[in-house]
Amino acid sequence: MPEPLISAERVPAATVQDGPPALAVSKLWKVFGPRADKIVGTPLAELPRPELLERTGCVAAVRDISFTVAPTEVFVVMGLSGSGKSTLVRCLTRLVEPTSGDVLIEGEDLRAADQRRLRELRRHRFAMVFQHFGLLPHRRVLDNVAYGLEIRGVAKAERLRRAGEVLDLVGLSGYADHFPDQLSGGMQQRVGLGRALAVDPRILFFDEPFSALDPLIRRDMQNEVLRLHHEVGKTMVFITHDLHEALRLGDRILIMRDGAAVQIGRPDEVVGAPADDYVRDFVADVPKSHVLTIRWVMRPVRADDPLDGPELGADVVVRDAVRAVLSSAAPVKVVHDGELVGMVDDEAILRVIVAEEP
Amino acid sequence: MNKTGKLIAVVTVGTLALTACGSKIESSGSSGEPSKAACGTVNIAVNPWVGYQADAAVIAYLATKELGCTVTKKNLTEEVSWQGFGTGAVDVVLENWGHPDLKKTYIEQQKVAVEYGLTGNKGIIGWYVPPWLAQEYPDITDWNNLNKYADRFKTSESGGKGQLLLGDPSFVTNDEALVKNLKLDFKVVYAGSEAALIQAFRTAEQQKQWMIGYFYEPQWFLSEVKLVHVNLPPYTAGCDADPAKVACDYAPFDLDKIVSKKFADSGSPAAALIKNFQWTNEHQNAVALDIAVNKLSDDDAAKKWVEANSDVWKAWIKS
Amino acid sequence: MTTLSAGAVRRAARLPRSWLFGGVVAVWVLLWIPLHGQDTLALSTSELTSLHERLNDLRDAINNTRGSSPVFSAFFDVIREAVDALTVFLQSLISQPAYGRPVPLIGWLGVVVVATLAAYAAGNLRVAVLTAAGFTSFGLLGYWQQSMDTLALTVAAVLICLVIGIPLGIWAGLSDRLHRVLTPVLDFMQTMPTFVYLAPLTLFFLIGPASGVIATLIYAMPPVIRITAHGIRTVAFSSVEAGTSLGATKWQLLRTVRVPLAKRTIVLGVNQTVMCALSMVTIAALIDAPGLGQVVLRALQTLDVGTAFRAGLAIVIMAIVLDRVTTAARDRVEARYRLGPKARGRRRIVLAGLGVAAAVALYLSYTYVWAAFFPGPAGTGVVGGQVAAGVTDASDWVQLHLGAVTDAIRNAISYGLLNPLQALIAQSPWYLVSAVVLALAWIVAGPRIVPTVAVCLGLLVATGLWQEAMVTLAATLVATVIVMALGIAVGVWMGRSDRADALIRPTLDAAQVMPAFVYLVPFLGLFGASRFTAIVAAVVFAAPVAIKLVADGVRGVPATVVEAATSSGSSAWQVVTKVQLPLARQSVTLAANQGLIYVLSMVVVGGLVGAGALGYLVVAGFSQSDLYGKGLAAGVAVVLLGVLLDRTTQAAARRMDAGTRRGRDQ
Repeated sequence: MPEPLISAERVPAATVQDGPPALAVSKLWKVFGPRADKIVGTPLAELPRPELLERTGCVAAVRDISFTVAPTEVFVVMGLSGSGKSTLVRCLTRLVEPTSGDVLIEGEDLRAADQRRLRELRRHRFAMVFQHFGLLPHRRVLDNVAYGLEIRGVAKAERLRRAGEVLDLVGLSGYADHFPDQLSGGMQQRVGLGRALAVDPRILFFDEPFSALDPLIRRDMQNEVLRLHHEVGKTMVFITHDLHEALRLGDRILIMRDGAAVQIGRPDEVVGAPADDYVRDFVADVPKSHVLTIRWVMRPVRADDPLDGPELGADVVVRDAVRAVLSSAAPVKVVHDGELVGMVDDEAILRVIVAEEP
Repeated sequence: MNKTGKLIAVVTVGTLALTACGSKIESSGSSGEPSKAACGTVNIAVNPWVGYQADAAVIAYLATKELGCTVTKKNLTEEVSWQGFGTGAVDVVLENWGHPDLKKTYIEQQKVAVEYGLTGNKGIIGWYVPPWLAQEYPDITDWNNLNKYADRFKTSESGGKGQLLLGDPSFVTNDEALVKNLKLDFKVVYAGSEAALIQAFRTAEQQKQWMIGYFYEPQWFLSEVKLVHVNLPPYTAGCDADPAKVACDYAPFDLDKIVSKKFADSGSPAAALIKNFQWTNEHQNAVALDIAVNKLSDDDAAKKWVEANSDVWKAWIKS
Repeated sequence: MTTLSAGAVRRAARLPRSWLFGGVVAVWVLLWIPLHGQDTLALSTSELTSLHERLNDLRDAINNTRGSSPVFSAFFDVIREAVDALTVFLQSLISQPAYGRPVPLIGWLGVVVVATLAAYAAGNLRVAVLTAAGFTSFGLLGYWQQSMDTLALTVAAVLICLVIGIPLGIWAGLSDRLHRVLTPVLDFMQTMPTFVYLAPLTLFFLIGPASGVIATLIYAMPPVIRITAHGIRTVAFSSVEAGTSLGATKWQLLRTVRVPLAKRTIVLGVNQTVMCALSMVTIAALIDAPGLGQVVLRALQTLDVGTAFRAGLAIVIMAIVLDRVTTAARDRVEARYRLGPKARGRRRIVLAGLGVAAAVALYLSYTYVWAAFFPGPAGTGVVGGQVAAGVTDASDWVQLHLGAVTDAIRNAISYGLLNPLQALIAQSPWYLVSAVVLALAWIVAGPRIVPTVAVCLGLLVATGLWQEAMVTLAATLVATVIVMALGIAVGVWMGRSDRADALIRPTLDAAQVMPAFVYLVPFLGLFGASRFTAIVAAVVFAAPVAIKLVADGVRGVPATVVEAATSSGSSAWQVVTKVQLPLARQSVTLAANQGLIYVLSMVVVGGLVGAGALGYLVVAGFSQSDLYGKGLAAGVAVVLLGVLLDRTTQAAARRMDAGTRRGRDQ
């Protein structure tokens, strides 16, 4: 039985916010090239990429992106290569200086921070996991994991103790004395993950962390991220070019194309209501029954509907609802917040399932 | 760590065995002869040719053995040696070949050096041919006949003319002007070093090749291959006044000694020795031959000559 | 669609490029016929231009200032005293009698054992054994003390190079601006012939160890700076970024990421600096730097090939020992982290044992005569005499019996290639040559190189030594052609056969570090004082580099590609010409570039054996005070030729590389 694309044990994002969002981005631009700061806000900025390059020699890698991420949410940015997603995530940590726009981390203006404050934030508030791991080949696994703490000035005994704990957490117990190149790719990325976790950040950024790994390992690692999220409950911003990965991990997904946002929404929204043909093409091959909730297949309640059928929550995924719907003679009632919001019958369910047959 | 212990033990035992034999190094300390303090240190520049090396060998030997001086030899080219007068690094240049420009700078202008008499050696500069050539073509030693043979002296370097080979770049030479003014069908080719020049003469004699070049005596090589001097129009005083119009042979050189002003004023017994030092080309050649061909060390060659010629050098140190 | 048309454009563009090249040369030859001999800017050897005279005056002015300005001299005196102190200390440690003793503090036994210990600690057992054997051979050759003097001087120069060079290199690795400023300075330091600054050095730093050390470090420092900067620059960006993302400061990044990851490359820089320092041994001897160089120079005066070779052999052995030890140290940089606890323990035991042995040896060599003076007959050593005699005999025999053959070779190359080329280059009007050079540079390297080339040509005219420079250029080109012919032939052979590689490589190493002064005499015997002798000397020095680069390039061609070609029925010749050489093209162009530069660095040595032109002028400027300014100008001309050829070949190689990459993308 294939694994569900959306894991049932996922911690739902906090919907009720009692403080500022973990991350708030508004009107963020990054333009590379000569006199890049003279582009934003002019008509030039509206030009398509090739034309802008032709006219000014500049490339707009990130164009006018805005979104917010709630505490403990897993926010996925998805796009093909060249869509600007890696630049975006670097702008969020100022590894790349944004050209314009605002980035607020827990309400603090990141772009206003001076170098010292920026270092402080990087040391304590957020951490990043990289596509190519970026491990230090001359250090043991344990020292790699402890690296962030060392930078922070934590005493040696303390940081090694903490690193040891993190190694257990990411499943690398017993590998402390190995060197990175003695480990497989997947294990190396666990080291990268451990290094980020060791500093106990509030936000974790992932830049395509698993794209260099083979598919089986990749799924293991995705599970690992889900498990860690379950255990430690960090806010995560996750970059990927893999739609399946995005759907599996994301509470919400931002789809980018040519530097701009095409759609932001929950996985079922992206699949169920693609914003344009670009996204529709993208999600065409996704097994919808694994993603869509019955909210997407229900029909309005009619006056003649029998109300003696079973009840299901609106957020139940279609695949999980199949048995209940098909085995019930009467249509299933869809309930949200105790209210009846719609009905699902055999035909609606089958339409989704049959559509996936090749 | 047990292993280490064993190793240490083995090494220690070995050491004890080794120390049982062999003589100890004795510190010489400051127990020098009293005269040593009086003479002090003499810095002799040694220019890069064997004749000079012979001069320096003998002077150093005598200054050390007879006067108790400490002699430091410094292997330097001429230009750099003269600079040493100014900086205090050099006290003595034993065999100076002319160098009016350097004399002007260091003796007249900076006043850091003084002339200190002739060495007795006569320097003869000129054009030479290998002996086989002079034997087979005796008229070749007259410059008037050179054009007759110009074709035979052609090489890949001389661009269709006869080749006149120049060697050591240390000397101011008149050869380009000579060729022009004597209307010789020759081209001056620069061998670039004394070694290249000697090797060329050696090969020419060995393989009976045609060759004419600039050379000079005293030079140890002449005792291996007796090069023959080619007669140019004879030197008369002032005939070389205008370098562009020279058409006569080189002036004979009286090689002289130069010392730093400081050294001349020091009253060191070595200064007297150097002032009195005078010998003949034969003397120098004998020592030079021992060094260059018989491969004696400087000291051994000097010792050999000193032991055989005490009447000559005794006069230098009687003061 | 677009890629296809781009490919077509490129193919169309490439064809005319070689046609254009040929066309320009053809026009040149045609114009040469009526114009040759005009405006060649010839200058006879004793003539001076006003620039040369001004340089002479400048030298005199500086010479006079030295005596009169205390500030001026104080600055240099501080440096000199520090360098002198370091060198004299090292000498009194291993080579010169010191502290009232008739011998240095550490005798031969102590030095051999300590060197072995150091080699083991820095590298491995293999190089430790090599070190012990190598150091012992100095004594067996009869040159213990001279070798130690050379070692002390080299160590002093290298230490200073590293203390200044590594931080500077790291800084240049971080700062683009410094890198831009530093590059031409380093070019200058490396290509300016040493003879040019040898005499002024003794003015500033007096005659003594300091001048020798400083002459050496001017030449030896650039590699460590360049290679360190390169190492810092090429540290994996992902590691640096990861460090930054964790909030590392610049200093923390440098300490924990950049320097550790660049360490291997930095040690390579150290290695190159050591080699360069050793190659200066003979030249530094011209200003009384003690050691093996003195022996070589003195042997040269009496054409004593055997003795020169004996001393040269000691230099070669020292170079090979130092090279292998630093290379092993480079490999250990990584290996050290990886040793298992067992191996680490074993290593510690050996180290402890060697440490004890070293302590004992130090004590013995301090105390006992037999451990202080290397045993054996004075002067010749145990085997030195035989080595020298054997080499002298061999050299005499070769000169006597091969004279006819070597004359024929010299004449063939001189009349067939060198004379026509020199006539074309040096007898054309200067403006014609300049136009041709600009056009050719544009064709092979693109329009962006044109300003650089134009500036170099303009400055060459300004030196007043245009024709001399052109004569040198002609010989340099011929030498480079021979170097590349050898480089490709032998390099391919070595790249394809492990046995050939194992056989030839040590010979190449030896040829590279053997001082040229050692083989000049036999070459002179074989080829006479001629430009060809200079070319042969340059080839001996430059060919090893080219050969090694080509061999490494051919070796680097993936085995699968060769396998595929072989399996489709290619002959060995086809595999070489159609697969291995094209794929190793980058190495081949690098070999051509390095070959050129190495050939050019032998210009002065060429001047000593009959090449005339710039090389002779540099030497003459060193020996005749009137010609000092002219010699300096000649040195600058050599640098200009070097910059011109280096930049052009590099740009051409980049262009070709870019072309290949575009081709691959299709």
